[in-house]
Amino acid sequence: MTFIAPVKFAIDLLAVLLLALGIKGLSKVRSAREANRLAAIAMILAAFGVLFNSQGTIGISLNSWIWIISGTLIGGFLGALTAKRVPMTAMPEIVALFNGCGGMSSLLVALGVALFPSVEGSDSSVGELVRNFSIFVSLFVGAITFSGSIVAMAKLQGWLSTPSWTQSKARHFFNILCAVLVLIGGIYLLIDGQNGLFLIVVASSLLGIGVTLPIGGADMPVVISLLNSYSGVAAAAAGFVVGSQLLIVAGAMVGAAGLILTQVMCDGMNRSLVSVLFGGALGSSSVTSGGGGGEYTNITSCSPEECALTLEAAEKVIIVPGYGLAVAQAQHTLREVTRVLENADIEVTYAIHPVAGRMPGHMNVLLAEADVPYEQLKEMDVINPEFPATDVVLVLGANDVVNPQAKNDETSPLYGMPVLDVQEARTVFVVKRGMSAGYSGIKNDLFDLQNTSMVFGDAKKVLGDLLLELKELGVGSKG
Amino acid sequence: MSFFSEALWVLLLGSLLGLELIGKVPPTLHTPLMSGANAISGITMLAALTLIIKSGDNLPLLIIGSISLGFALFNVIGGFLVTDRMLAMFSRKKTRK
Repeated sequence: MTFIAPVKFAIDLLAVLLLALGIKGLSKVRSAREANRLAAIAMILAAFGVLFNSQGTIGISLNSWIWIISGTLIGGFLGALTAKRVPMTAMPEIVALFNGCGGMSSLLVALGVALFPSVEGSDSSVGELVRNFSIFVSLFVGAITFSGSIVAMAKLQGWLSTPSWTQSKARHFFNILCAVLVLIGGIYLLIDGQNGLFLIVVASSLLGIGVTLPIGGADMPVVISLLNSYSGVAAAAAGFVVGSQLLIVAGAMVGAAGLILTQVMCDGMNRSLVSVLFGGALGSSSVTSGGGGGEYTNITSCSPEECALTLEAAEKVIIVPGYGLAVAQAQHTLREVTRVLENADIEVTYAIHPVAGRMPGHMNVLLAEADVPYEQLKEMDVINPEFPATDVVLVLGANDVVNPQAKNDETSPLYGMPVLDVQEARTVFVVKRGMSAGYSGIKNDLFDLQNTSMVFGDAKKVLGDLLLELKELGVGSKG
Repeated sequence: MSFFSEALWVLLLGSLLGLELIGKVPPTLHTPLMSGANAISGITMLAALTLIIKSGDNLPLLIIGSISLGFALFNVIGGFLVTDRMLAMFSRKKTRK
């Protein structure tokens, strides 16, 4: 039976290699899909490695097999079902849900080992202090990941609103109290390995809720990305608990990658991670802080009919899709409108702000789902020089990302955020439900400009009307 | 070298690798990447497997392990499938052009 250890070792190495290649490949459009499969194969290999090694050394009892198979089937089936059923617009929520479950899994492992110390990790050289500390980290991070992810999902789904106390100073008190309780539980656990377990789990869960609940909807993706990073940390901690280096590598990779991704998202929104986590909703503080305020003086509103007439005469049109488009699920209607325009030989491109939609890259996914050719999606730096040569810009449910204040007004809270220069175009139509402020709560100077017209209404309905008008005008109907 | 110091090296190098791998990603892929990385974090299923295998006839432990395994696989399988669904949309566009 001497060949078992080397074989297991080789499998683990191969799995790590494939995982690393997978993450690497996921960062390029061409290789992303294969990379995802590669990572999936790596996971299967890794699981096989554990089963093979255990069967060969200590043996796996029939009883264990039954529990393994039932856990696998139930979890796997539900996961597959969820993945197939969920609409593309709900992607951030679903990532949060999956992520929370990963955290819960790490938590349960640590709990199991802590409650029944007889089943210690495969390597008994792990000292008691190290083991208890790993259990502590695994419980703490796992619980925060789980409760935080579930709150994030519920908030994105609109099941949970933001209670007023979470916007006051009281929340800091609450969170600090929870953190202190976690520490007390941790100290108990480090001393004797059992006491304080449930204190840690409960206090950490409350901390996860207390930290996530005050965060506004548009910041949620950052939080989800951060929690994704945490679940990697939790997995690495679980690796210390059961003595698996493969787990530690994979967990560390995901943890580090998640941090980078979180940072990238923050940069795109011109927000620091600290202000996302501790600042509460931006809107509540910045509106009163002066700068960027003021009333609208020169709003022009128009009907879809007028909008259609202008579009008919255009040669170059740029679409700026935003959060509102995703909420109204109007991407398919939008695609029909652009098809009509394309048939009339009007050049249509899409300007994608780095944080358009609900997560970076989410808008690309939504538009891809609606059959928009990938080549028509232009990133901000590419499209910005093109606005002056553009006849019509159609802003759909985007607000802060097209606010010229970010460039012109040094007192504005948005100042410095990269924005799309839509005001350079000849005509700008802004489709919006009402005059309510954007996520940031800041007045948008764009709406006051001479060349901007507002088309009020739900993005899907407006686009539907626009489509009818265009067809009535005979735009794009060949012949 | 003890498991612990070895494991710390593994942790350090794994973290550095993770930082390097994600260096330059086009924004298009941030969501799929997040989802894919999320699926990989379900690797904690290995810990759940180990727990079940080592628990022998300890029923509460078997149950905890099995639930843990279920949660992890929900994460892994759901995560990979959903990522694939997103990426399929990009590649479909590519081939048709």
